Amino acid sequence: MAIVSLREAINQAIDEEMARDDRVFLMGEEVANYQGAYKVSQGLLQKWGPKRIVDTPIAEAGFAGVGIGAAMVGLRPVIEFMTWNFSLVAYDQIANNAAKMLSMSGGHFNVPIVFRGPGGSAHGLAATHSQALESIYAHIPGLKVVMPSTCKDAKGLLKTSIRDDNPVVFIESEVMYGDKGEIPDGEYTIPLGVGEVKKEGKDLTIVSWSKILAHVVLKGVDVLEQELSISIEVIDPRTIKPMDYDLIVKSVKKTNRLVIVEEGWPFAGVGAQISHEVTARAFDYLDAPVERVTQEDVPLPYAKSLEKHSLPNIQKIRQAVKKVMYLES
Amino acid sequence: MATKVLMPKLSDTMEEGVILKWLRKEGEKVKQGDILVEIESDKADMELEAYDSGLLRKIVVPEGGKAPIGALIAIIGGETEDITPMLSEAPPGALAKKMETSAAPTPTISGKPALAAAVQPTDGKTKASPIARRLALQNKIDLSRVPGSGPQGRVIKRDIEGVISGEIPAAGPAPRAIVPGTAEDVELSGIRKTIAKRMTESKLVAPHFYVTIEIDMEPAMAFRDQIDNVTGLKLSFTDIIIKAASAALMKHPQVNATYLGDKMRQYHFTHIGVAVALDEGLVTPILRNCEQKSITQINSELRDLADRARARKLKPEEYTGATFTISNLGMFGVDDFVAIINPPEGAILAIGSIAEKAVVKSGQIVVGHAMKATLSSDHRVIDGAVAARFLQDFKKILENPAALVV
Repeated sequence: MAIVSLREAINQAIDEEMARDDRVFLMGEEVANYQGAYKVSQGLLQKWGPKRIVDTPIAEAGFAGVGIGAAMVGLRPVIEFMTWNFSLVAYDQIANNAAKMLSMSGGHFNVPIVFRGPGGSAHGLAATHSQALESIYAHIPGLKVVMPSTCKDAKGLLKTSIRDDNPVVFIESEVMYGDKGEIPDGEYTIPLGVGEVKKEGKDLTIVSWSKILAHVVLKGVDVLEQELSISIEVIDPRTIKPMDYDLIVKSVKKTNRLVIVEEGWPFAGVGAQISHEVTARAFDYLDAPVERVTQEDVPLPYAKSLEKHSLPNIQKIRQAVKKVMYLES
Repeated sequence: MATKVLMPKLSDTMEEGVILKWLRKEGEKVKQGDILVEIESDKADMELEAYDSGLLRKIVVPEGGKAPIGALIAIIGGETEDITPMLSEAPPGALAKKMETSAAPTPTISGKPALAAAVQPTDGKTKASPIARRLALQNKIDLSRVPGSGPQGRVIKRDIEGVISGEIPAAGPAPRAIVPGTAEDVELSGIRKTIAKRMTESKLVAPHFYVTIEIDMEPAMAFRDQIDNVTGLKLSFTDIIIKAASAALMKHPQVNATYLGDKMRQYHFTHIGVAVALDEGLVTPILRNCEQKSITQINSELRDLADRARARKLKPEEYTGATFTISNLGMFGVDDFVAIINPPEGAILAIGSIAEKAVVKSGQIVVGHAMKATLSSDHRVIDGAVAARFLQDFKKILENPAALVV
């Protein structure tokens, strides 16, 4: 076991897959000479050279499209968006070309590509640079969406994503790049679509992922358990699509209560989908309506004082937990 | 030969009955004299015996279903007999309702067949979380009788677990949550419907007039204490009032009377109905021949009748056939009130509380205990002076209670 930062874990995954398969290459803004906007690709240019670590102009639609074309003819590109906010410029390429090519070419062209970069809010980046966009990617058939919350998961899941024969949207978190965590020694992968129980409990299930799970839920859950005298189970789906419903349903059948905590907006959010699936598959086991904690339905305010109230926080989670536990006064 | 089981007439005023519980299932053997079904009439819950032996071939009106008197509610017959011609007599809706229930697909959970929905609340209004519903079903707990601790009285898992573990008694129906600013429709109970019908009829048909008298209750209070001391019983003022009314009625048969259109019937016995309040309405169990009974007899009989009235276990003959009714709201602290005559009786006596007040005795103002009694009379048989004379005697007896034991 080694302790590494999240950026190191991702760097290792790309490095190991480049060593394993010479069709793999990294392309994006500042990935080469600058060593990555968040230093994720540190050292990779020196090791693999400019043919496989490629700097691009500030033209997301362009380099996303180039990547898709390369994937169609047999390469395995890893496309870095400086943040997922900028992927919206390339949304047509991702949603219309990457996602639909296999289907529209009658199975002739698969697109083995990974789009990756940090998503969600950081601190004081304002509305256009703080978006959690997983639901709009998970909405599109043909795309897989992966959102790790630990260093170990990030490395194992990214390696699997690079080996996947279809487009994968891999969303990291800017504020997690420095987070440290253990990773297994040697080669390992983690399958897509398989969630993990991050903490066992018996009275209530919380489903959350990525930064909100790591920085909000897991940091506050012990206090909530103590304060409310309850036992909380925490599930990390790790992959948003395909979603590991079986794991969640199994947990809800045990606890009878579910709270979903996510950074995205409420309308048609990932939590809405989970809530529906659990209601359909575990209806007879629910003791309370499923609760969701999301970002408020507004463009994220720049002002720090408002930003913290808009994002999911432990106060909102406490409220939702009390509601499903019928502990409201 | 197959025989029909019909909705019986369980009281004079009953028009339809509600099936509370079938004690035999379809296909089970039934012997003549077996209790077959429990039925709620407008007055009480009654058990119905089977008049024939055979198989209970068909339950036509399911539990919770209603049927008018004389309607087909079940068929008893041989195993192979064709009962289809009889089924055509089912009251409209009854069969359809039954078939809906039995044709509903059996829900399965985790591949295991779920229990039949035998304990679903009949009103369908009980709010419960799905897991609470399922646990109740598995443990045969009637959800409608579990007090819900969730929002708006929702029955949740911990409530059912409490019932299973015995911590929470599954007592009466869950209290209705009162949500300010809303209105709700509440089904009329059989009793409520009867009250509505008969009281309207009484007020429309019988011209009421009212006479009130104030009675010094100190002698009656002393009298009660003496009897309590001698017998070790605990008499109520109602016991004494019943006895006093009975004595006054025997002197004034015009007040103990019924209007019959072309004549009136005056009774020389006193069957006195006593109003007993229940959650769903009121019933008036009857003390027969009070003129022949001692106060202590009245005390023990009334206690028994009231208990059984509250348990809804009165037989029809125990609440029909009164000649006069007494309604006492004194325990609620009311000064006086007027009651509606319970037809076909000619009068009803409404009793207020015994209140401490300043009274004038032999020219002196002293603290006394007074009670007001108001007689509502049907003017078709009773005139004002008759009512007044009755009350005068009633007052005299209560103020000189030794009269009750001679």
